[in-house]
Amino acid sequence: WRLPPPDKNARPLSLSGHVGFDSLPDQLVNKSTSQGFCFNILCIGETGIGKSTLMDTLFNTNFENFESSHFEPRVKLRAQTYDLQESNVRLKLTIVNTVGFGDQMNKQESYQHVVDYIDTQFESYLQEELKIKRSLHNYHDSRIHACLYFIAPSGHSLKSLDLVTMKKLDSKVNIIPVIAKADTISKSELHKFKIKIMSELVSNGVQIYQFPTDDETVSKINTAMNGHLPFAVVGSTEEVKIGNKMVKARQYPWGVVQVENENHCDFVKLREMLICVNMEDLREQTHTRHYELYRRCKLEEMGFRDTDPESKPVSLQETYEAKRQEFLQELQRREEEMRQTFVQRVKEKEAELKEAERELQGKFEQLKRLHMEEKSKLDEKRKSLEDEMSSFSKKKAAAELLQGQAFTANSNLKKDKDRKK
Amino acid sequence: MEEEREVELQVEEDSEAGRETEIPPPQLAEPGTQGIIRGRDLFGYVGIEAVLDQMRRKTMKAGFEFNIMVVGQSGLGKSTLVNTLFKSKVSRKSCTPSYEEKISRTVHLKSVSHIIEEKGVKMRLTVIDTPGFGDQINNENCWDPIVKYINEQYEKYLTEELHITRKRRIPDTRVHCCVYFLPATGHRLRPIDVEFMKRLGKIVSIVPVIAKADTLTMDERLDFKQRIRQDLQASGIRVYPQKEYDEDVEDRIRNDKIRENIPFAVVGTDKEHQVNGNKVLGRKTKWGIIEVENVAHCEFANLRDLLVRSHLQDLKDVTHYIHYETYRVRRLNESNASVSGLSALPLENGITEKYEAQSQL
Repeated sequence: WRLPPPDKNARPLSLSGHVGFDSLPDQLVNKSTSQGFCFNILCIGETGIGKSTLMDTLFNTNFENFESSHFEPRVKLRAQTYDLQESNVRLKLTIVNTVGFGDQMNKQESYQHVVDYIDTQFESYLQEELKIKRSLHNYHDSRIHACLYFIAPSGHSLKSLDLVTMKKLDSKVNIIPVIAKADTISKSELHKFKIKIMSELVSNGVQIYQFPTDDETVSKINTAMNGHLPFAVVGSTEEVKIGNKMVKARQYPWGVVQVENENHCDFVKLREMLICVNMEDLREQTHTRHYELYRRCKLEEMGFRDTDPESKPVSLQETYEAKRQEFLQELQRREEEMRQTFVQRVKEKEAELKEAERELQGKFEQLKRLHMEEKSKLDEKRKSLEDEMSSFSKKKAAAELLQGQAFTANSNLKKDKDRKK
Repeated sequence: MEEEREVELQVEEDSEAGRETEIPPPQLAEPGTQGIIRGRDLFGYVGIEAVLDQMRRKTMKAGFEFNIMVVGQSGLGKSTLVNTLFKSKVSRKSCTPSYEEKISRTVHLKSVSHIIEEKGVKMRLTVIDTPGFGDQINNENCWDPIVKYINEQYEKYLTEELHITRKRRIPDTRVHCCVYFLPATGHRLRPIDVEFMKRLGKIVSIVPVIAKADTLTMDERLDFKQRIRQDLQASGIRVYPQKEYDEDVEDRIRNDKIRENIPFAVVGTDKEHQVNGNKVLGRKTKWGIIEVENVAHCEFANLRDLLVRSHLQDLKDVTHYIHYETYRVRRLNESNASVSGLSALPLENGITEKYEAQSQL
């Protein structure tokens, strides 16, 4: 829903009776209730500084928490979405935690991953918004509405990593700095620490989220809270008996730090500001300021302009069409190129194959010739062998004949001899 | 003996710097398809429900806009009805204009804006009047100026939405509701009614009303309404609240009741009379006083409840999420198709394709 601009050409009119549109805010709220709300928090802080515990404490529940190792080679972001319900309000809460932030030896690239993540969420929204058939009504908004930056309780000043990271993020997201594990700092040190942090932020031009003071209903409390930034928080999901109540606290040998005791830490203030008073404003700022800035920069980067060189207003669509033509032509050209390269390669391959084939053919023929030669040689030999065989058998036959004749001659002689006796 | 040779088409590898950010894909909030969403119970009070108050505060501070168009022949009591609806002199009545002024050649639209406030809620009300509609002898295409006006407002909004640097709050001049006045003939819908509602039902939410209903008896009224409903269905005309846009069972039940009752038979007046010691809005006749806000007499109260007290936000939502989106899709597809002679089918996601392609080039 978009809010209307302040008016210039409409006359005020008085009503002579009850019309009934005072139910409008309720109508609007009822619709939003049935749809549910989306809220996305990004927690940036070193490993072990207490991000997950604080989230558990803030939302009075048990989110799935993993203890991360200190040996992550790169900063990663882990996002988890939860469905929470309080009376009739459904909240889709996404908590994004940095993993391995501040653990690397070389932290130069640390902030980049966070910036990239935030930009990616803006990008998804922008893409959906620019689609022709879009469904913004049902879109699950994943843009980061609040960024809790966890400052280590050193008591001295901000680390350079903190300054660099916050500087890179302040134009992209609502930053709410918190001092983590505040039970390690004494009250007086804390006071000095807060002043030092704020002055460092100011002198480095880091713009953190200011609670809005334009609405009279909340301006008083917001102004007061703005003076307490950064909130010094302590998180705990364990309960300790104080008096006759069980309260969330951390028990030490020297005493008990009560989370919800405003004298002990600023946890209650954080919860008030983040959830009870300004959740809607955080969402609105993300959409109307940070997202619009991203959108404008992105579109300008792509070459879209609101007015062309002759300073006539040109619609986004027209510029887009021109670019699309360009792009399609480029695409065609590339396609052509690829096709030609492909054809070339195919030709080469074919040539190679042909070459190989020829070679093979050559070899085959050679072999064949060899075979033929051998065969003919063998044939000759066989022939000569057969000749020998036939001549031998002839000789044998002749010899046998002779032998036979000699035998009959002998037997005739013998017969003659016998007859003569 | 064969040697194996392979041709390697070199695929250009995406040279991303291998950033390992785990990004959950934006999920459409359709019930049952969320995937990685887990439910969690709260162990105690957190304060999430305070967001309702925050939202209420913000919207009250910003104020609302509502644009209502009234269409019907002259003399049907359009201006009176609007004045009665919003209990103030929103429209100036055109009582018995001189002959020359009376019949205008074309339909020209007049829009008047007022700021009204009730219990801290500020509303910028714009009433768009359409004098001349249906008044000529030849009324063919008398809806054209109206269709043009409605589309112009969509175009204005679209242009602003597409700007690089756009206003924080885009001024909304789109017509949220079109009240169409049917004369109380008692018979059926006339051709002009059917033609008009057919065309406009596609681009705007139409609420038909029976004007000057004090000429119909209760029975006549019931019959007339039934016949109108039949005619509407037969011609495929969709009037508000449209069945397709019911969001859940509750909505459907609520809207079904309304659908069984439309078109509302209304009587309008700005005069007050004494009835039983109370001051009521009514029309005084020789045979009695017609109390406008008495549901036994006419359905003005029902119309007012529908338009203002219960469905105003819904009218705006339907206009924004459905009618405007339909216009936008049509418009963007038109531009695509006209420029590219290349593709017969317009690209589904024009600019997103460019994004994707650019990242790969």
